[in-house]
Amino acid sequence: MPLHSRHLLGLDGMPREDIQLILDTAVSFREVLDRPIKKVPPLQGKTVANMFFENSTRTRLSFELAERRLSADVLGFAASGSSVSKGETLKDTARNIEAMKVDMVVMRHAAAGATAYLSRIIEANVINAGDGSHEHPTQALLDMFTIREKLSRLQDLHVCIVGDIAHSRVARSNIFGLKTMGARVSVCGPATMIPRDVEKLGVEVYHHIDDVLPTVDAVNVLRIQLERDASRLFPSLREYHNFYGITRKRLEKAGRTITILHPGPINRDVEISADVADSEHSVILQQVLNGVAIRMAVLYLLSSKN
Amino acid sequence: MQLLLKNGRVVDPVTGRDEEMDLLIVDGRIEKTGKGLAAPGAQAIELRGKVVAPGFLDMHVHFREPGFEYKETIASGCASAAAGGFTAVCCMPNTNPPIDDESVIRFIQSKAKEALNGLVDVYPIGAVTMGRKGEHLAPLAELATAGAVAFSDDGSPVFDSELMRRALEYSAMYKKPVIQHAEDPALSKGGVANEGFVSTQLGLPVIPRLAEEVMVVRDIRLAEYTGGQYHVAHVSTAEAVAAVRAAKAKGVPVTCEVAPHHFTLTDEALRGYDTNTKMNPPLRTHGDIEAIKEGLRDGTIDAIATDHAPHSFDEKEVEFQVAPFGIVGLETAIGLAVTELLRKNVLTLTQLVEKFSVNPRRILHLPEIRIEAGAMANLTIFDPAADWVVHPQAFRSQSRNSPFGGFKLTGRAVGVLNNGQASWATPS
Repeated sequence: MPLHSRHLLGLDGMPREDIQLILDTAVSFREVLDRPIKKVPPLQGKTVANMFFENSTRTRLSFELAERRLSADVLGFAASGSSVSKGETLKDTARNIEAMKVDMVVMRHAAAGATAYLSRIIEANVINAGDGSHEHPTQALLDMFTIREKLSRLQDLHVCIVGDIAHSRVARSNIFGLKTMGARVSVCGPATMIPRDVEKLGVEVYHHIDDVLPTVDAVNVLRIQLERDASRLFPSLREYHNFYGITRKRLEKAGRTITILHPGPINRDVEISADVADSEHSVILQQVLNGVAIRMAVLYLLSSKN
Repeated sequence: MQLLLKNGRVVDPVTGRDEEMDLLIVDGRIEKTGKGLAAPGAQAIELRGKVVAPGFLDMHVHFREPGFEYKETIASGCASAAAGGFTAVCCMPNTNPPIDDESVIRFIQSKAKEALNGLVDVYPIGAVTMGRKGEHLAPLAELATAGAVAFSDDGSPVFDSELMRRALEYSAMYKKPVIQHAEDPALSKGGVANEGFVSTQLGLPVIPRLAEEVMVVRDIRLAEYTGGQYHVAHVSTAEAVAAVRAAKAKGVPVTCEVAPHHFTLTDEALRGYDTNTKMNPPLRTHGDIEAIKEGLRDGTIDAIATDHAPHSFDEKEVEFQVAPFGIVGLETAIGLAVTELLRKNVLTLTQLVEKFSVNPRRILHLPEIRIEAGAMANLTIFDPAADWVVHPQAFRSQSRNSPFGGFKLTGRAVGVLNNGQASWATPS
């Protein structure tokens, strides 16, 4: 049973069986990663271009590794800033790269909707590696995979996403994906970081972390964007840590075992305390490993949709 | 040249006329009105079922000349206006150079006279501030004397409250309105979409309704205090309409306009990230459309103006966040107004004509148009029953950036007469 779409632009509207298929397929690739020889042939002869218009280390490396593990030929392309500041439009850049007979394009871009636009102007399969504040579907898929691995299901689990929901593509993709998979989803953060009408996506909104933790099975801690001009959204990192930081004390007070996820890179002792990040309930490094498996699954499934 | 317009439904709110009749037009002047007129030698045009109205004025267009002729020229803009059923437009000053000097006004006037032999009156709107930078007043008296009919820094709101106060005081001496693109730039910084469920789902940076509303409320207070004439460009939110309604009830000299896309589309249209759904103010919500329709019905909203904003294909063929704001509107205005307002019983035919012709002229203190013997023929003729499909490729405008391609509309311009010139739509 193939995926319904030939692109992975986001999890919004993706059918449950497609998410299920990706997660299940990733299980086999996860096994591959434990073998002494970690390379398999499905994408032999295929060329994948990684177009990263925004800084990224782990997502880019993860995709690259996944592509190489599948035996694809890999083209790397990194340019910071928008296409306009470079003087070449996204369309021209994309068409130039496609002219080299590329089969799949993985793109990260600062503008929401950029991957949807790309999918309309080129023939190759498009995979969204993060478009502005919109979606980061492979991150949410690997988060769901990791939760499922740890807690053996998604249905009826309560997952809380903590942080700057308004500006987070990770939050959006997780909300869409988890809701589709039947999880209970809540978001928590200061009012300045909660986007308007978010409850219409079927999530619960909390402003006080201690109110939500006692019912939570997994918490996905978003990185506080130190580099973004967030000064209007909260007064200080100290205050953020004091009121929203995931600490051992808070978790103990919640009185239950809570799985800790973080998309990385973490700011130790800001959104998450160091001891929690390194604790046995933290699955942060599993997320990184699973990310490769998820991306292999996505690349593999889409490559048969040409 | 003699023209005999036969059996058209003459709708003239100024004289209170609404009846089927003939008009004999000789050398651009209405020679005779009446039923069953005969004029051997005159070119007779059968207009049964068509509406003959005082010439429509779009008080908010961007003709891009001087400076951005690759988007639109005054000539192509006038052709688009005529095709859309407008005999007059007011062009906004965000040209390069901007309309902050009388020489630019003269340039526009001379270009407009050359275009279609002067069929379309082009009334320049002068900048409020030099370079539209919001720092120093433009020479408002010189601009008014040269022919500016209003002042606006459109696109760049006059944010500085003191400067806005002074602009209202100064322009009042010349009986010219200050037209505000009402948007608090601190609240809308970086935004591209209405703040709400859709922006949350699509992850787009927001222009909250608040940005418009706080500016309108502030400006109304400034207008009340100074007695200056204030006009809100393209109202898009329910609260902005309510603020104008309350101000009018208090007798504050305030008027406002709405663009057809703001009573037709909601932010739901942004799904898919089509850059032709990107404009400023952004598309809002169903509730806003309802409030706008009520505002049109009860007279809070005086005028329909298109905010015709041409952009080249390549400029719009980019990421949504990167694309410029704006859509072309002249050639779809009548169709959208008839489809959304007339056919849905929001406005009567007379009210529709008022919003397109009588009221904008009144706001700008332009001479009123009368459809009667002896008057110059300044007429818009449209077919309120014509069904058609929008094909942007067929626009007379130089640009095609419209979200309405493929829309099935009812109501279309048939022809325009003005300044002794006439233009008729070629049936398609």
